[in-house]
Amino acid sequence: MYRIDFNKLRFLICDDNPHMRRILRTLLHSFGAREVYEAEDGATALEMYTHYVPDIVITDWSMPIFDGLELAQMIRQPESNANPYAPIIMLTAHSEKRRVTVARDAGVTEFLAKPISAKGLYQRILNVVANPRPFIKTKTYFGPDRRRNTSATYIGPERRVGGEMEVMQQPSLLDKARSSI
Amino acid sequence: MAKEKPGTLEIKTFATHHVITPPNPLRKVLRRIPPDIDHDDPVARAEQALADLSGEFKQWMTIEADRLSAAHAIVLRHGFSHETREELFRAAHDIKGDAATFGFPSAGAAAESLCRIIEHAPELDQVPPELITHHINAIQAIVRERTKLDTAVMASALSRQLRGIADEFLLKVNRDRPEHLEAILAPSIAPAE
Repeated sequence: MYRIDFNKLRFLICDDNPHMRRILRTLLHSFGAREVYEAEDGATALEMYTHYVPDIVITDWSMPIFDGLELAQMIRQPESNANPYAPIIMLTAHSEKRRVTVARDAGVTEFLAKPISAKGLYQRILNVVANPRPFIKTKTYFGPDRRRNTSATYIGPERRVGGEMEVMQQPSLLDKARSSI
Repeated sequence: MAKEKPGTLEIKTFATHHVITPPNPLRKVLRRIPPDIDHDDPVARAEQALADLSGEFKQWMTIEADRLSAAHAIVLRHGFSHETREELFRAAHDIKGDAATFGFPSAGAAAESLCRIIEHAPELDQVPPELITHHINAIQAIVRERTKLDTAVMASALSRQLRGIADEFLLKVNRDRPEHLEAILAPSIAPAE
């Protein structure tokens, strides 16, 4: 059985609703988290993201001016000086399947539909900590691998093509981002 | 595949894409604990913390319902514009997401129905005004009357009835808009009560 040392994790939560921020903070603190930063809009969250370098971002979708989807897209900039790889959990009252697809295509790591539950939130956090997915970069997408499973029975055309060309090691952007603060 | 070194990105380049495996700095916060000695239950602890907070939920729900009524009052005064539509939607959407957590699931269901009207009606000005008003009045009534024991069943029946009327309206006005019809008819992915 795995447990998370929440007191070693730094969270950034972004929600324009103060009641939901309070709920989230309460849940995270009772899991054991100490460092929980809060933003009430996407623009402030992005600023705090660069400044505090959180390990995990939890964001609402629907917010005025700069929403959670745009926040995810801004974080997932491969050339960014900030860490583009942090897990993003989208916590939203949107409950339609097509929304999950849109969030996934914006680079969101996990989707959690409201109403929130302690168990649902814990499971999403455990998943991003214990089972991170590699990132895929194409001309039109940068984010966690959208294929969670491989299907042995799939018989359609293969959209990802081309043999392996090279493997490069690069310094971690995360380390770079952490050392810049 | 090269072995991952701490602090390095591994990038595999293909013809159409790159597969990037960043180091996982979060792995160090994972502890493996034998089940027989694991007496800690963070989820139960968090549920208890939420229960401790629940004394404030009624007041929070009242604030949310009043915000919705205020947004509606502005719509009645000035009509629908981008701003008034957005504020009405956000107020309803927040109730849709929060209400069940605050112990008002029927208010959440009525708010969801209102969100669907705002999202899928081709012209909000063409929506019968009483349809929107009934949703808002129902949410207010559910929030104000919750303390009465006999209201839970009534609240549930009221929100179901509103949803039925709203869906009937939406199916009619979207009969030539297949993408909206598909969204209206799609099942919700929200966790069940």
